[in-house]
Amino acid sequence: MGSFSLNYLLRRLLVFFLTIWVAATLMFIIPRLAPGDPISAMIARMSQFEGFVENADLIIESWRKRFGLDDPLYVQYFRYLGNTLRLDLGYSMGNFPATVAELVGRALPWTIGLIGISTFIFFTVGNLCGALLAWYKSPKWLKVMIPITMSFTSVPPALLSLLLVYIFAFQIPIFPELNAYGRGMVPAFTLEFIGSVLYHGFLPSMSIVLATFGYWALGMRGMLVTIEGEDYMILAQAKGLKPFYILYRYMIRNAILPQMTALTLSLGLLINGSVLVEIMFTYNGMGSLIYASINTLDFGLIQGTAFILIVSSALAVLIIDLSYPLIDPRISLEGR
Amino acid sequence: MADSSGSGGKPVADLDSRFSNLAPSSTGRKKTGRFNRFDNPLLNWKFLSGAGIFGFIFFLIFLGNQFWDTDLALAGSSPLNMPPVGFTNWRDQEGIPEHPLGTENSGRDMLALLIVGTPRTIGVGVIAASVGMGAGILLGFMAGFVGGIVDDVIRLMTDVVIPIPSLLVLIVIQSALQREMDLVTMALLISMFSWAAPTRYIRSQVLSMRESGYVQMAQLSGVPTRDIMYREMMPNLLPYLAASYIGNMTGAILQAVGLELLGLGPQRIPSLGVTIFFSIEAAALLRNMWWWWGIPTVILAVVFIALLLINLGLDEIANPRLRKAN
Repeated sequence: MGSFSLNYLLRRLLVFFLTIWVAATLMFIIPRLAPGDPISAMIARMSQFEGFVENADLIIESWRKRFGLDDPLYVQYFRYLGNTLRLDLGYSMGNFPATVAELVGRALPWTIGLIGISTFIFFTVGNLCGALLAWYKSPKWLKVMIPITMSFTSVPPALLSLLLVYIFAFQIPIFPELNAYGRGMVPAFTLEFIGSVLYHGFLPSMSIVLATFGYWALGMRGMLVTIEGEDYMILAQAKGLKPFYILYRYMIRNAILPQMTALTLSLGLLINGSVLVEIMFTYNGMGSLIYASINTLDFGLIQGTAFILIVSSALAVLIIDLSYPLIDPRISLEGR
Repeated sequence: MADSSGSGGKPVADLDSRFSNLAPSSTGRKKTGRFNRFDNPLLNWKFLSGAGIFGFIFFLIFLGNQFWDTDLALAGSSPLNMPPVGFTNWRDQEGIPEHPLGTENSGRDMLALLIVGTPRTIGVGVIAASVGMGAGILLGFMAGFVGGIVDDVIRLMTDVVIPIPSLLVLIVIQSALQREMDLVTMALLISMFSWAAPTRYIRSQVLSMRESGYVQMAQLSGVPTRDIMYREMMPNLLPYLAASYIGNMTGAILQAVGLELLGLGPQRIPSLGVTIFFSIEAAALLRNMWWWWGIPTVILAVVFIALLLINLGLDEIANPRLRKAN
């Protein structure tokens, strides 16, 4: 394990850091390309909400000094990059004494948990279903049933969650429609709390799983169908290997690596989807945080949340890329 | 003579039957003959049914534009919160035939909303996918064909862009702009991220095609690179490009709906996503106004399923090995 080519490792790391740099730069540039400067816009917003703002000029001036907006742009840029490296993302205007990093740190574990568990489920279920669809030994009824369960494929998870909330939280109220855990509970490692988290997380993760696992089944099936009739498959059958062994060692094992690559490619879309799902369920994660900050026009928080989610996405891709040798022994040999 | 032909023929037939045992799928096709005109790859039921659903949607939109007053999609043009015909709302009002699909909170007629909103939603997808695809074809061909440092740079660019959850960047842009943007601007913003996946896909196809005989022949005959790209390789790539385009369109509509669900889209004339956003804002779920969010959701779901069917069909048209499994 772990002996892949140095070149590969360096390239992956380069892509990772470039992604973070691009994300940070985008977050720096976008507000500065927008018309007007952020602070006058802030004051305008304040006067929209609260009527008249006293000493607006003084506030603007002191804030410009406080945030260093009178410095030349490149100084601001490097200061910003330095701050970002130390994860100092500034203050949240909406919940003032709290910093963006604090709020994000509280929300991020929920999102990672939701996406992580859902990904595990849809990746396993999807690939298994796809393999069973292509396997020559699978029973007829399975080949009819699986495509039926896949009918939600390609419906956006957010819309599916709307449907699930309507059916399972309003019409037949067996699942809660709000939050990540029961009202009034204190997060702790108790059995009761974990149960509540699983209970509340069921519908959100279900809507992600139902909307996505069909893609993986289709991908897996597509790949396995093309290797059907290859010489080594016929040989394996001729040798009298057990069909289960062929399914696992000859079919799934060969196709799982391209599926992992596809997972890294679809991670961005997955995060998009789960952000929206969280909003539909007011789940306590990053999605709800970003939605709340859009509504309160808390621009610093929007930026910080988006940036951290992009970094998490890039990090997940890096981890999956580096785990290839664990999955496929051919890769670790390649480096030598 | 007769004897030798008999003994010569038998082993051949034997061998033939042994081969057909190994590849069971080929026996079915033998009977219909090689030049069966129903054997056309374009006669793929997934592709045709997807395209059929799409055609039907457009037909309905066309009919709606002819026979229904689309001004009813404006706020305040109809009574509020009416249910569809045959249902009652929470105030025990019955649906009236003037508004067959009911109305919403601010007096917009649902049917008119659907007639106006559906083409807008699909339109965003078409614009964003076209721009993204155009860039993808250009960059993908350059990377795959020119190679060298150009390839390295383009590959690095796609690797960096693909893991970025584009919706988040779009959220930041939209909330920084602080004002409503029109549909085309939104589509163009979405296309900023929709070039990377097609670029990657086309590059890999071009790379595998570059080694094929006819491309090398053309190169040896001194055909200009541009002509090889667009005259020789492009026609062969068409099914792949079409599948990629449809996938791209799905993604773009998904992004647009996502932005609209957050209330960041153009809202004056609602599209399907904006309608759902309004219904969530107005707690339509709590008030059991299922027609308000449900009908647009179902239509969006149908659009997505039709796109998926077209995509799967195109995949099978492009790749004969996928076809045989059905």
